[in-house]
Amino acid sequence: MTLSSQIVQFLFTGITIGSIYAMVGLGFNIIYNSTGIINFAQGEFVMLGGMVMVWLTTMVNLPMPLAFILTVAIVTVIGALFERLAIYPLKKPSVLILIIITLAGSIIFKGSAMLIWGKETHTLPHISGEEPIEFMGATILPQTLWIIAVLAVIVTLLAVFFNFTMVGKAMRACSVNPTAASLVGINVRRIVLLSFALSAGIGAVAGIVFTPMVLMEYDRGAMLALKGFCAAVLGGLGNGVGAVVAGLLIGILESFGAGFISSGYKDGIALLILLIVLIIKPSGLFGVSEASKLKEF
Amino acid sequence: MRFVRNYSSLLLFVLLLAGIPFFVEDPYFLSILVFVGIYSIATMGLNLLMGYAGQISLGHAAFYAIGAYTSGILTSQYNVNFFLSGGCAIALAVVVAYIIGIPCLRLKGHYLAMGTLAFGEIVYIFLNATVDFTGGPSGIAAIPEFRVGEFFFDSDLKFYILVWCIFILLFVVTRNIVHSRMGRALRSLHGSEQAASAMGVNVADLKVKVFVLSAAYAALAGVLYAHFVTFISPQTSDLMFSIRLVTMVVVGGMGHLWGCVLGSAILTVLPEMLSYFEDYDMLIYGCILLGMVMFLPGGLTRGAEMLYAKCVKKAGKRGDA
Repeated sequence: MTLSSQIVQFLFTGITIGSIYAMVGLGFNIIYNSTGIINFAQGEFVMLGGMVMVWLTTMVNLPMPLAFILTVAIVTVIGALFERLAIYPLKKPSVLILIIITLAGSIIFKGSAMLIWGKETHTLPHISGEEPIEFMGATILPQTLWIIAVLAVIVTLLAVFFNFTMVGKAMRACSVNPTAASLVGINVRRIVLLSFALSAGIGAVAGIVFTPMVLMEYDRGAMLALKGFCAAVLGGLGNGVGAVVAGLLIGILESFGAGFISSGYKDGIALLILLIVLIIKPSGLFGVSEASKLKEF
Repeated sequence: MRFVRNYSSLLLFVLLLAGIPFFVEDPYFLSILVFVGIYSIATMGLNLLMGYAGQISLGHAAFYAIGAYTSGILTSQYNVNFFLSGGCAIALAVVVAYIIGIPCLRLKGHYLAMGTLAFGEIVYIFLNATVDFTGGPSGIAAIPEFRVGEFFFDSDLKFYILVWCIFILLFVVTRNIVHSRMGRALRSLHGSEQAASAMGVNVADLKVKVFVLSAAYAALAGVLYAHFVTFISPQTSDLMFSIRLVTMVVVGGMGHLWGCVLGSAILTVLPEMLSYFEDYDMLIYGCILLGMVMFLPGGLTRGAEMLYAKCVKKAGKRGDA
């Protein structure tokens, strides 16, 4: 393999995993924008998406499209239930309490997944076969293209949702100022519920398309959450476009780091980026430092 | 007299601790109590951070590991004196905590949670990847037992005495910190950061100090662990251990000094009693954490205080009638 084809190969691997980080980062931002909460259970939604999909396709033997829709629906309901049962009943919780709650939620999801599906890794068939495509000397799996396409679809849908629908605009209003939003008649509690449901749904989609590439285990969530958070922070917390660009960037850096330096430290790269960003420019690449000072978190 | 009044609960506790070895001869039970002591030391620091500074660290297992590994490697491979190795271990944890703490704590809000979570994972990856240095996933065995001169702490009883003496020493220190100028500044910070800084409290600086202090406590606990168990592997310091420490603080009672002992004792003894805890432990810890925060955010110590106050009130009413 020549150097140039190697670079193309790493680039595609990077974009693939980067797309997943971008999706998790988007989920973080949606909840953060409407509530100011950093949801530590964000990565578990991805894990649950993968696990439920495996269960529906291999155990229940549902056809792929039906299983896909059902999985997203189930995880969305789980996300909404989590908000209703654990976040909603609290009266004026402090940030510390909210962090502990979402953290507790994440280990409950993880522990339940371990009891239901066991400790072994699970896999899914690729959506359209495993016949690799030759591209500039690199081999690319069709699943890679699926993942990139899914990210593109999600970003487009979210853009339409937030800019052209009433509910989306209401969510944006809440992120600017919840009190003012409730004054103009927006039901803020419902928006919070919706934001949890929405980001759980996005997490589930990420888990479904990701599982065929990397296999899925019950304890994948924490690392995915961390890297998604890296994407969200690097892109500027609350900034959707920023999270996507930063997620792809982190994926690419990680893939090059694993290829050229050492794969043992692969997971360390994103975490190091997170610490460096927090030290040098906590408002992220696309965030305005003045605006981030005003944020609640 | 003031001394007795200030330290009455501590004196009672010391009497209880001193009495236990006379009634319990089972070394298994004593070793559990040693673990309770070790965890109490770690959670006492974490409690300062969570209960008083209102911050949360999800990477305390990493400081625990830094303490255990540094002291373990120095004593087993380089024959370093115990006090020196312990000192090095704590110093290293302090320096690292400082480096992590400054950027995370100067930001508003809870970046520390994610920063420490990332840091904990980095340490975990590092411990697994550097096989030559830390033994990788199989860890370090044959760490020498703690000794002072020719006196070896080679039985559970001796270690029990050592750990709890250190605990009591630290308890007095921590109690003084809480009741000092710094402690009052900390509590003001928990109420409102703006108000505190308006009163002249250097908020960011104070948070960094508490974080570093709590890391030092965790490292000391790690050192004790390494020389008690004489074996350490990355498994003892994974994310779940950080969460376990957080759960101990929450169960015991954030911002209550005795909370750390109560939380550590319950969450150490309970899993030992329920032998089938193993596979369910994550789920159980999650439910305990969620339940406590939702229904009894002050922890068991506050709950007991509330219950006591209620009983006293009831008794008072009955007396009136």
